[in-house]
Amino acid sequence: MSTIHERLSPVVRNLPPSGIRRFFDLANQMEDVISLGVGEPDFVTPWRVREACYYSLEQGYTSYTSNHGLPELREAIAAYLENFHLQYDPMKELVITIGGSEAIDIALRTLICPGDEVLIPEPAYVSYRPCAILAGAVPVGVETRADDDFRLTAELLRERITPRSKVLILCFPNNPTGAIMSEDDLRSIAQVVIEHDLFVISDEIYAELTYEGKHVSIASLPGMKERTILVSGMSKAFAMTGWRIGYAAAPEEILSEMVKIHQYTILCAPIMGQKAALEALKHGQVEKKHMVERYNQRRRLIVKGLREIGLACHEPKGAFYAFPDIRSTGLTSEQFAEGLLRYGKVAVVPGNVFGECGEGFVRCSYATSVDQIQRALERIDRFVQSLK
Amino acid sequence: MDKKRKLEILHLLHENSRLSVETIADMLGEDPQEVAQAIAEMERDHVILRYSAVVNWDKVESQRVTAVIDVKVTPQREVGFDAIAERIYRFPEVSAVYLMSGSFDLQVIVEGRHIKEVAQFVSQKLSTIEHVNSTTTHFLLKTYKSDGVIFDDQEGDQRLVISP
Ligand SMILES: Cc1ncc(COP(=O)(O)O)c(C=O)c1O
Repeated sequence: MSTIHERLSPVVRNLPPSGIRRFFDLANQMEDVISLGVGEPDFVTPWRVREACYYSLEQGYTSYTSNHGLPELREAIAAYLENFHLQYDPMKELVITIGGSEAIDIALRTLICPGDEVLIPEPAYVSYRPCAILAGAVPVGVETRADDDFRLTAELLRERITPRSKVLILCFPNNPTGAIMSEDDLRSIAQVVIEHDLFVISDEIYAELTYEGKHVSIASLPGMKERTILVSGMSKAFAMTGWRIGYAAAPEEILSEMVKIHQYTILCAPIMGQKAALEALKHGQVEKKHMVERYNQRRRLIVKGLREIGLACHEPKGAFYAFPDIRSTGLTSEQFAEGLLRYGKVAVVPGNVFGECGEGFVRCSYATSVDQIQRALERIDRFVQSLK
Repeated sequence: MDKKRKLEILHLLHENSRLSVETIADMLGEDPQEVAQAIAEMERDHVILRYSAVVNWDKVESQRVTAVIDVKVTPQREVGFDAIAERIYRFPEVSAVYLMSGSFDLQVIVEGRHIKEVAQFVSQKLSTIEHVNSTTTHFLLKTYKSDGVIFDDQEGDQRLVISP
């Protein structure tokens, strides 16, 4: 007789567990650890947002909403997206999801036919590959390089395109590298995308955290809206990770199909989070600006500090991660991260969990206080010196 | 250095006056010498008046009272409220004086070791000043937030050590 395990879905069984997991268990058991390992803001959600949620509860807003989400929230998101020169019909082209995470999942499941290839510029956010596999696709990594500031180039993309290529997942500003794309970069990517008739899932959850230049969405380029699913959410810019509110924007033809999956699996995003998100979008600009300014100051501090320690580090221009090169220490990224955790009590994430080409790098989140960053840098310095 | 940069320096120092010039320079991507010069200029121009700590005195001193006193005065020709305000703010017991609009004119914050001390100050010094017409004294019972800082803030970092 087969074991229970053998009777479970082979797709799920064969899915490797997250590379972060082992590390996560190790780090969370230790005390007095300074963490540069978190991928979320260190700010608590702005008070006005929390207060608006209390108020909505007092008023009895505890019900389901429409499958697409509260109309007023969709309108606020549509108005917000206009800042990036994007026009979406709030009633037909937007759906409120459980974080950007759900939006990525339903986007993939809507686009993928079994065996289609999904192009993932790497180093990449850890969920793309598994979500693509769960949707029945074959993930194909496109390696970006530190010398190119981890930007995706048309040449790199072209090399990995096959007749089976169907979807390109873009994530800029990028987790883990902090890379951004200029409008010119995106134009040349768009040309390849159109030439090969690909779809794009554009994860722009870090759009607001762009420190140099202005964020450009590939969906705003000619011929791109019709083939792009834009994914974003409240988690990063508004320090709202726990609220689980994200959204997807796409032409009606695509979005209406995505909503079917959303409808039958999720029904709708929680109304409390939606009410809070509405307040954040309408009145949270000052707080957001303040947080972004803080990240920017810390970014300069950590990059300079890492370079002074002797670790090469490209300039991250968005998100809140520095991605230093640790190859000069002679360690692999796992060895480095584990050693730093055990002997230096600083948690960072080994770069290889973001794809093979992340080997030789570690991700350091600077979403933490200046004081913590400075103490972490001192400890990293001591650890690196001890290796010599 | 431009005004915006100077403002950023002020915000950083206001939040934590112990930040070193080097750290501030790194955070702003500026040259440390220029930051030091900007700070020196702002000290000279009395934009930065003093570096101090925000202390929760309740934790270390049980004997301490703060009174907030609403004072009505008669403004004087030529000097308006300024002369009388100065007569009041020169007293060492007085920690702050504000000119107010509304039902009274000056708000005076007085600190003392006990209620008697404050009462004495009000009755013997403040009320007897010429042109002071009336005083209303409120005793401060507890500080929840002062100068933008929440005292006894319970909001710690609840995040896990590693997250995606
Ligand atoms: C690139 C990227 N996309 C999506 C997410 C998920 O965000 P959410 O909290 O909105 O599900 C994250 C979270 O770390 C992320 O880094």
